[in-house]
Amino acid sequence: MKFAGFGSRYEGSSFSELLRVDHPQLGLDQSWVRNPPGPISAPHGTTVLAFKYADGVVVAGDRLATEGHRVASRDIQKVYATDDYSIMAIAGAAGPAIEMARLLRIELEHYEKIEGEPLELEGKANKLSQMVRQNLPAAMQGLVVVPLFAGYDLRRHAGRLWKYDVTGGRYEETEFEATGSGGLFAGESLKKAYRPNVLRDEALRMSVEALTDAADQDRATGGVDVERRIFPSIDFCTAEGTRRAEDGEIEEVYRQLMAARRDRSNSR
Amino acid sequence: MSIPFYVSPEQVMQDKAEYARKGIARGKSSLTLEYDGGILLMAENPSSLSKIGEIYDRIAFAGVGKFSEFDQLRKIGVRYADVKGYAYSRDDVRAKALANAYSQAMGDVFVRELKPLEVEMLVAEVGDENLAGHEKNAIYRVQFDGSISDHEGYCVIGGAAEDLDALLRAEYRPGLPLGDAMRLGQRALQRANEGAPPVDPDNLEVCLLEKARTGRKFNRLPSDRVRELLSAT
Repeated sequence: MKFAGFGSRYEGSSFSELLRVDHPQLGLDQSWVRNPPGPISAPHGTTVLAFKYADGVVVAGDRLATEGHRVASRDIQKVYATDDYSIMAIAGAAGPAIEMARLLRIELEHYEKIEGEPLELEGKANKLSQMVRQNLPAAMQGLVVVPLFAGYDLRRHAGRLWKYDVTGGRYEETEFEATGSGGLFAGESLKKAYRPNVLRDEALRMSVEALTDAADQDRATGGVDVERRIFPSIDFCTAEGTRRAEDGEIEEVYRQLMAARRDRSNSR
Repeated sequence: MSIPFYVSPEQVMQDKAEYARKGIARGKSSLTLEYDGGILLMAENPSSLSKIGEIYDRIAFAGVGKFSEFDQLRKIGVRYADVKGYAYSRDDVRAKALANAYSQAMGDVFVRELKPLEVEMLVAEVGDENLAGHEKNAIYRVQFDGSISDHEGYCVIGGAAEDLDALLRAEYRPGLPLGDAMRLGQRALQRANEGAPPVDPDNLEVCLLEKARTGRKFNRLPSDRVRELLSAT
């Protein structure tokens, strides 16, 4: 049976497939990137990280976006709750990456509404993998999107996290992962500090320290900007859902960290 | 040569309408009520197949009649809403446009197809006080032939709709707390099968559009919560 008033042909439960079949003008057509009008210059997001802690998983990112050597935005958002129990953090070309996060969020919600129950965490991670793979033509032109995906697995009662490569390759990590231009430094910082099952306060401290270390070594990473009052996004995903850390507590942790480092330099 | 026999269009429509009404009357009723914290949707439904569903942030759906038909309409509504919200903004998805689209589609089926849809539907939208022009709740009822009506306060669909409507007209007042609204709804559904034992709370499907929630306001209440709310006084 067809309902003329809606003009819909697609009958499955995937939103991106619905766009592709019934609304190609809205969708993910990337034919233009094969013959770009010239080199594509676009804002890029820089450093994001994720690691497991006692109650689940924490995902953090700085707020700076750069275009070449210029600052494109000082307060861009790189950490997105894709539903109550999953988070996507973006690194790479900001435009396509933010669109991907938005599309993933709608995709998960759409599936849940059509099917009556949400996807498993692994299913969500796999869906993102397909979206990253679809972005490959744009990635070949320099618009690379390499997200992190993390969430709380309600069946296994544990936080889980995945990293992706540009081809859509999906790799589950057991402890921590950081990516983006400052990802190397954030990852090194986490590697030194990481212990399994730390509590929330310690997890917050580790996140702030890793982002501060990344901002120290990588000019494109924003870190904590106390002057402008721009704070990184730090999300905690647990069995109770996703909570974002308050700016105030991030500031306090940051000030303590800087004070400790000053003391260390002064005692030399 | 056989003479093709003539049936007047009036007769055809009447027969179709009667067929649809009979089909709808076989099932149980569903209802919606505005309460002080949003909109309540209730159905007597012992099965695990839902009659009430989430469409979008502030919009919910309830159907009665043939499950396969209204569930297909529900899914089409979700697709319509998600595409519209993706193409424009989330605030551009409104119940009125959706109910109109349903009305068009169902009217079309009624006129063109041999078999009419044996369904009746409710589309409810909870208001958002912080959004100018979106403050009010909206409730629409769409019938098998595409006829559409809007309602304030409460609305009933299904076989015994007139009967239940009379009870609600007498007893409904605006601004009911959730527990009272649910008890009123339960009594109204009770009336639908008079003489039968009281509606078991475990057989009630209860969903809310809660003003206080941010983002997606739809909330399906688990049966222990339904029991708790119905028993509290």
